[in-house]
Amino acid sequence: MMTSSIDGPRAVIAGHGDVAAGFVSAVQQIAGLGAVFRAVSNASLDAASIEAAIARAISEHRATIVFTDLPAGSCTIAARKATRGLTGVSVVTGVNLPMLLDFALKGGVAPDDAAQSAAKGRDAIIVHAAPEVR
Amino acid sequence: MAVALYRIDDRLIHGQVIVGWGQPLSLSFIVLVDDAVAASDWEQDLYRAGVPPEMEVTFESVASAVSKMASYESRADKGIVLTGDIDTMLRLVEATAHAIHHVNLGGIHHRAGRAPRLRYVFLAPDEEAALRTLSDAGVVVCAQDVPAATPVPLTAVLAGSGA
Repeated sequence: MMTSSIDGPRAVIAGHGDVAAGFVSAVQQIAGLGAVFRAVSNASLDAASIEAAIARAISEHRATIVFTDLPAGSCTIAARKATRGLTGVSVVTGVNLPMLLDFALKGGVAPDDAAQSAAKGRDAIIVHAAPEVR
Repeated sequence: MAVALYRIDDRLIHGQVIVGWGQPLSLSFIVLVDDAVAASDWEQDLYRAGVPPEMEVTFESVASAVSKMASYESRADKGIVLTGDIDTMLRLVEATAHAIHHVNLGGIHHRAGRAPRLRYVFLAPDEEAALRTLSDAGVVVCAQDVPAATPVPLTAVLAGSGA
């Protein structure tokens, strides 16, 4: 069960289908910090409605970052439009679980924190190549 | 055919276009026809930012797209012409003297005043009328969000209830 309130930084996760809710569930399972995030799905929504949903989530959740899944996806486009006039809200694309855990556990709110969390997510992508078949 | 798909999609350039259609059809160019985007450098940068470097994107108004349509169709590589709404595609079809023969309904999502027809197609009465105008003009209109999905002809779309 998620905590009902948190003191630290908060973020929105926006993505296709149920991916954002899945990430929130995973962060909760691993660190008990699912409440750091507010999930937004683009399912069945047109572009303007996705933008409105993200803007509402940023405002209600007092988020400083919007994490999105695909760099060229509708959520990223909508997030960038929703944050265009806002101060202190960054958009980070290509979200993954290590990135979210870093953000949730570090508890920072400076713009650099978005870049650091993104770097953490990038560093976590490792190819364990298959052994050569002899 | 250089233009592999004439698509109506209110999300414009997004995952289904870049990945879903772009990769299996080996699309190398996108023509985004939207009068508002064509007039906004910021929006063009926004849409261009997520597109892979090997894919060319051009932004056109309806008027400028019409004047270049023949050059798109004569290209050696394959691409997609994209509009964000039915009205823009209808204007494009009419202004090109019906040179467009197939239109793909890729995504017209929920909004007030629209009724559900398919999971990814919601239509207002005036939009249904515009689609009928396209069909009556000889344009084959099918809904298909991704290549792996079965195309749904317009008659079935209009008879649908959102499933």
